[in-house]
Amino acid sequence: MSELPTTAVGPGLSANGAGAAVGDYVQILKPRVMSLVVFTGIVGLVLAPGHLHPFLAAVAILCIAIGAGASGAINMWYDRDIDRVMRRTASRPLPAGRMLPGEALGFGCVLAVGSVAVMGVAVNWVAAELLALTIAFYVFVYTMWLKRRTPQNIVIGGAAGALPPLIGWAAVTGDVGWGAIALFAIIFFWTPPHFWALSLYKADEYAAAGIPMLPVVAGARETKRQMLLYTLVLWPVTASPWLLGIASSLYGAGAGGLSLLFTLSAVRVWRDDTDRSARQMFAFSLAYLFLIFMLLLVDHAIGGGR
Amino acid sequence: MMADDPADGRSRRIRARNRALLLVLLGLVALFYALTIVRMGAH
Repeated sequence: MSELPTTAVGPGLSANGAGAAVGDYVQILKPRVMSLVVFTGIVGLVLAPGHLHPFLAAVAILCIAIGAGASGAINMWYDRDIDRVMRRTASRPLPAGRMLPGEALGFGCVLAVGSVAVMGVAVNWVAAELLALTIAFYVFVYTMWLKRRTPQNIVIGGAAGALPPLIGWAAVTGDVGWGAIALFAIIFFWTPPHFWALSLYKADEYAAAGIPMLPVVAGARETKRQMLLYTLVLWPVTASPWLLGIASSLYGAGAGGLSLLFTLSAVRVWRDDTDRSARQMFAFSLAYLFLIFMLLLVDHAIGGGR
Repeated sequence: MMADDPADGRSRRIRARNRALLLVLLGLVALFYALTIVRMGAH
């Protein structure tokens, strides 16, 4: 990994001599990613059988959010060299020279340790261990090992993004049930078509940064074929909460309809040689995951499941 | 119109960061206080 050109005027000071701004610290937590992580964590917590004091539930969600933010900060510290190359990430605090690498790493490590410790003390140690596993998997397995080495980076690395519902579930029950695994599987199998849609129209940037995303290594046609296959796998996977009895047939029908739309968007990408349908599929993939989990919440609220 | 003094900008940024840190520390105090009350209430 190459070092950034020196923009610092002294130890611990960035170019303006005052260190990073509060907004920069917020930005390296990747708040947009954090919002989806928090939402899926809440769904895991709500769907889990049992009861958790509302305040402790709020603390559990706060810890999941901060743990996710810590992963993002450490990821930005490690990836600062490639972030500088890609237009999408060049304005982040580290490549833009508004924050020193040590500031981001220190901030991320403090938040990672703090979020796990508070989760353990306040909620339970199974949830804390799962949170620690999530952070470690994202940082060591995805960011440091897979991301720059294999086109399967986001397939295996996607497990880190899929763990938050398990943490929410474990916060209530103290263990991991089949329902939690179903929620994990939904996000795990959703991640590849989601990121490959993005990488289809950002392939040149990924290639310039030396990241072996599937469109860069195997080409657009193979990527589109695999995206379509993953959307088909999502049919039974998103139906699994209904099959396991943690959601009703109403949810099953809604999930089936959404999965049909997701597959149709993959078919459009398959047929389209321009970037347009890939951009639309990327946007729809976010709505798809949000709506699947929202359906689970609504179904639970109206008494779905057995 | 006078340009912003760099020293002013620097001290403003440091002050904003200190205030944010103060809020975080106060939040942590409140969090652990409430945690203690809730956990003790369970026993």
